[in-house]
Amino acid sequence: MRILAAATAPAAALALATALLAPAAIAADYPSKPVTYIVPYNPGGESDVTARFQEPYFKEVTGEDVVIQYKPGAGGATAWAQLNGFEADGYTIMNVNFPHAILQPAMKDVGYQTEDVTPAFVFHYTPDAILVRADSPYQTLQDLIDDAKANPGATTFSGSGTNSANHLATVRFDQMAGTKSTYIPFKGSAPSIAALLGGQVKAAMSYTTQGIKAGDQVRVLAIATEERVAAYPDVPTFKELGFDYVAGAYRGVTLPQDAPAEVRARLSAIIGEINAKPEFRQKMEENGYVVTDIPHDKVDQFIADRRAEYASAIEALKAAN
Amino acid sequence: MLESLFAALSPLNLALALCGVMAGTIIGALPGLSATMAVAVLVPFTFTMDPASGLIALGAVYTGAIYGGAYAAILVNTPGTPAAIATAMDGFPLAKSGHGDLAVTLSCLASVVGGLVGALALLFLAPPLSQIALAFGPVEYFWLAIFGLSLIATLSAGNTLKGLIGGCIGLLLSTVGSAVVGGDVRYTFGQTQLLGGIPIIPAMIGLYCIPVLIDLVIRPEAHLERRSERMAGFRLIEALGTVWRSKFNLVRSAVIGTAVGILPAAGGSVAGLVSYAEAKRSSPESERFGKGAKDGVIASEAANSATVGGGFIPTLVLGIPGTPPDAIILGALLVQGIRTGPQLFTQQGDIVYTFVLGLIIATLLMLPTGLVVGRYAFRLIISVPKTALAPAIALLTVIGSYAIESNVVHVLMMVSLGLAGWLLARIGLAASPIVLGLILGPIAEAGFVQAWLIGGAQGNIPAMFFGRPISLAIIALILLTLVWPLVAKARRRRLEGAGSDG
Repeated sequence: MRILAAATAPAAALALATALLAPAAIAADYPSKPVTYIVPYNPGGESDVTARFQEPYFKEVTGEDVVIQYKPGAGGATAWAQLNGFEADGYTIMNVNFPHAILQPAMKDVGYQTEDVTPAFVFHYTPDAILVRADSPYQTLQDLIDDAKANPGATTFSGSGTNSANHLATVRFDQMAGTKSTYIPFKGSAPSIAALLGGQVKAAMSYTTQGIKAGDQVRVLAIATEERVAAYPDVPTFKELGFDYVAGAYRGVTLPQDAPAEVRARLSAIIGEINAKPEFRQKMEENGYVVTDIPHDKVDQFIADRRAEYASAIEALKAAN
Repeated sequence: MLESLFAALSPLNLALALCGVMAGTIIGALPGLSATMAVAVLVPFTFTMDPASGLIALGAVYTGAIYGGAYAAILVNTPGTPAAIATAMDGFPLAKSGHGDLAVTLSCLASVVGGLVGALALLFLAPPLSQIALAFGPVEYFWLAIFGLSLIATLSAGNTLKGLIGGCIGLLLSTVGSAVVGGDVRYTFGQTQLLGGIPIIPAMIGLYCIPVLIDLVIRPEAHLERRSERMAGFRLIEALGTVWRSKFNLVRSAVIGTAVGILPAAGGSVAGLVSYAEAKRSSPESERFGKGAKDGVIASEAANSATVGGGFIPTLVLGIPGTPPDAIILGALLVQGIRTGPQLFTQQGDIVYTFVLGLIIATLLMLPTGLVVGRYAFRLIISVPKTALAPAIALLTVIGSYAIESNVVHVLMMVSLGLAGWLLARIGLAASPIVLGLILGPIAEAGFVQAWLIGGAQGNIPAMFFGRPISLAIIALILLTLVWPLVAKARRRRLEGAGSDG
């Protein structure tokens, strides 16, 4: 009877959530079996690695396993376009990236709209970072800007994908610095860093995480965080250099939009609890990730803020097309 | 390094290497289950092991799976993994004429040697060789892909036009979905499932396995000819003799495999095809290729197994995965808290050397396990009635194309491409040029557009395409590949002419 009420009238159940026992019981039960965790990218990237970081703690917090599954394609769009077709019982969850999920639908018909993606929790971001090769003549960000101003269009940035975080970051950097750079998209972060190390491009618009992976083969010129990151105590933030720029690729855990509110709240609490684990935080920070705590009831505001933040760069991208 | 050797020889690590190779071989042998999948499934289990043991298990499964792909390629003409495409070209004709057991043993020997060459390169030459990965820019990948496409001419000798048509079909199929460079959405007809493009593994399973299945069912004769009433043996002595006579081909193929493995955007299929084409070009009996040339099997298998060690070179030294399974292993390393990079070999040398020695041990273990598993695989295929073989393969094609992403649409794509492939085969269009186009199309396209953009930024596009030494070398190879058959033909005619004069 209680189950029936919850299943047939989710709206009513939602309205009476505090009054009825049923939703609380379901949410308290959740998860009671393994959860499929879809990574919309190929293995080995940031989405995969952070999901793998969460994996043991998810078990610790809930007693249930997550089963990581890859559904790569079209920079994540293939998976996000299928998201709401999955059963909304909370046992299929998915990684979602911003700005990708805002940028892709704004630029092309990719089979989903930003509103279709409803994260339960946004748990970290990888700060934008400009990397150059260790032997590059650019010692500071100003060196790069000076060169870019002297030779418009000749400064090449490698990055991962088109209409992606790296692409948007390059456009926004040009807007801030008053430069004109050439963005060269690659299929993923690894080949874009290979292009940098091989001297095919002058700089890479990437993340702190990639800088750490490349070690002392690269020099990081600036990082888009509020404060300096622990892994790079000597690298200035864009803010310190006079650019009001804090950005990166935000990653959240999302459910299909019809998921019961209680399950959504519970998942949000679980991911939040994992985020609060000191060992988890330390692992994330060591690898260049910045942990964020944006629970389900703050996600709408978060997405609205991002949309506003990206608006002018998206216009510039559209104009360039 | 001696300590690492002892660590690699610890009972646990030996057991992991042995089980890994066996499991990998069996997974790789099943059409549709690829090395990437085998490694991905294993990764969570390695988190409970210490880093070196986990790596050994992953490396052993990977190595075994690349080798296992040869069985299905040889015995059923369905390359189990993309790396085994070139193996099927001569392996299946050999099996068809009753030499399947010999071909399986040859593939095992070649794989072991190839794997060893790759692993030794990783052990001794990793830091300098990793620079190859960096020397290849977009324009080099573009030319490499064009070189790969030029192999269509070699592979479809005597029927070049149909080979080219097949290649074009593959290239067209490869444009479906959202473009890597530019993000344009092409030929999806509003289907979100097509956004990611035509997935290569389901397409390969369809194009290779479905026509084989249909032929199995509609033809009355046995699948493989029985050579004699005597049951299959290893034919090890005979195989060793053959391998010894082709030692030059073997080593060259292993070196090609190692080098291609180092290139992040290439992979086992390209390695097998390039070394196959080289073997064919330089062989005095090049007309036997495609009809059961043992050198073809040796070339392909030595090369694809060498990509394992080769692929680990940029993965460990630069943090840039050489092959798709390497990408998964790299992710697992990060989770284990291991930092890849040039400092890895000095700071965490014990882990690296234990792993590499473990990989070498796993490769050596592939010899006995591969021979035994191969013998049973051969006996199984030859003795199972077609009424059981056909449904078993049919089931595997469905599982294989579904399992990669648990996606039913991939099964539908696999079946429709398979039916199309069967129809195309009826008018003489083989599967391999189509698959080549599908695999190489995106590499060529991305390389071309990236090179164009960079060349434009540098203000000199022609210099980008024609002014770099490695590009020029690859262009020369392309010309050689295209012109060589004509030269060989002319020379043969001249020799024949001289013979009739005397």
